[in-house]
Amino acid sequence: MRIAIVDESAARAAVIEEGLRDAGLSDVTIFVDRRGIAARLEALSPDVVLINLANPHRDELEELLALSKAMARPVAMFVDQSDVAGIEAAIDAGVSAYVVDGLKKERIRPILELAIRRFRAYSRLRTELDEARSALAERKAIDEAKALLMKKRGIDEPAAYAALRKAAMDSGRRIGDVADAIVTANRLMGDL
Amino acid sequence: MTTTPFRIGFLPLVDAALPILARELGFAEAEGISLELIRDISWATVNDRLLYGHSDAAHLLAPLAIATTLGLGRPATPLSVPFVLGLNGNAITLRPDLAAQVTAVGAPGDVAAIGARLAIVAQAARERGTPLRFGVVHRYSSHNYMLRYWLIGCGIDPDADVAIVTVAPPFAADALAAGEIDGICVGEPWNSVAVDRGVGVIVAVTSQIWLRGVEKVLAMRTARMEENPDLTHRLLRALYRAGVAFVDPARREDIAAILAGPAYLDGSATLIGHAISDRIVFAQGAAPIDVPDFMFQHREAANFPWVSQAAWLYAQMTIAGHVPANATSYDAAQRVFRPDVYRAALRPLGVPLPGASSKLEGGIIEALGVGTTQGRLILGADRFFDARSFDPADLAGYLGGF
Repeated sequence: MRIAIVDESAARAAVIEEGLRDAGLSDVTIFVDRRGIAARLEALSPDVVLINLANPHRDELEELLALSKAMARPVAMFVDQSDVAGIEAAIDAGVSAYVVDGLKKERIRPILELAIRRFRAYSRLRTELDEARSALAERKAIDEAKALLMKKRGIDEPAAYAALRKAAMDSGRRIGDVADAIVTANRLMGDL
Repeated sequence: MTTTPFRIGFLPLVDAALPILARELGFAEAEGISLELIRDISWATVNDRLLYGHSDAAHLLAPLAIATTLGLGRPATPLSVPFVLGLNGNAITLRPDLAAQVTAVGAPGDVAAIGARLAIVAQAARERGTPLRFGVVHRYSSHNYMLRYWLIGCGIDPDADVAIVTVAPPFAADALAAGEIDGICVGEPWNSVAVDRGVGVIVAVTSQIWLRGVEKVLAMRTARMEENPDLTHRLLRALYRAGVAFVDPARREDIAAILAGPAYLDGSATLIGHAISDRIVFAQGAAPIDVPDFMFQHREAANFPWVSQAAWLYAQMTIAGHVPANATSYDAAQRVFRPDVYRAALRPLGVPLPGASSKLEGGIIEALGVGTTQGRLILGADRFFDARSFDPADLAGYLGGF
């Protein structure tokens, strides 16, 4: 089984490739750059093309596949038409596939299920990473705001933090947001 | 009042206006519909969401609705078109240096003469071994068929003399700038964006090729449409009222601002305004020129899904070799357009409803009153640039002419 992964995110493509390899599918090629993809796909002649649903170049790819001599009558599919839950899972996960017409669905199913799981795992990773990043940014803003309050109002750190917390509670906002507002205002106002 | 949720998928194009306005101007809500709009970047994704129930309807290329029903590139799924979202609104934009060889840059010209000059340039490029490359937005798009129709009519073989490739609308200007393509047929605002950046010159608008060419449609899975006719009817009434608002000159600026919003086209209200007001800037720095009927979203029952429009598209699909002509698929293609649903939905509004479901396309030379089941309807000229007309009852005769 020869599989092509088309994804503008090299990291996500690698996550999927790794999963396919772990499952014993080693004939996998990744396409990140769309330039020259027509000739390269034609040379590869894959049985399955996996692509992220939101890939902005899907219409181009479908045109290539429609004209392809290497891939016989490829059709866009999600598992198989009768498997509604499978289709929904694929769309929710954000993965689509083009499969050579006539390929047995019992051979396709495990590949797509694996791709779906990997897509999900990747999204989860991304979300966790984003959350970690924003937590870090928030802590930085709080530290900076505390330092500003300590300097301008001549108070100590616990008092500065208490002031931030009180402002947050009074205005119904998160401490991080209040800190961010103080830092931004300070930058705008300068030494005023 | 409880409202029914309803989702419509769309691409960021000016001709997605009616669903957007149905939501933003409250027409959907007034019909008890809570409209949610889902933006995507590729037609493939818009279509997948529609087919697999992520959306209830879609702003879709008319030929793609037919292709999907016929099972081209996807498992066949019957789609229905109860409402046309607009006619024309596309243009052909060439690289500035190429445009200068075929047209008086900055103004519209005679598209037959422009095409004849293009044929000479295309032939020379072909002989040099670097045939001209044209972009279209999708294999099964009105853009592709309209461009091919024009090229054929000007003596250019769209398969042998030039190359036609797919380029998604938002990448049109980049592809021209990078020299990946020499020209593109795309919808607004993407021609105007290319002109604004100085990487393209508009040489023709599609209304010059076919004055009343069918463009985007509202497509639904047939089963979904028929399971709740009342909901479908209410949606169509909301879209119709959005069309009334779209053509109101007093609302143009507001509408351009709404469409330019981050959830919709996320672009320049000024450039979007060009298409809405039918005032087109053909080249960077040129004065805007009034192009009557550039975009035709409402008047003359423009939203009525004429079965003959589907038939014309099918004819172009067979000429392009996308589908082998036979009676079964011709019948299936025509049944995609559903004037019966349009009539049932809009009858309560008292608006003009054509009595016939099919007409001779390209047969109207001067404004003509047509039979209606209610109201009074005058259709303007609908000519093709090559003066050919299309009789849906004589497909074989039409195809024989190519």
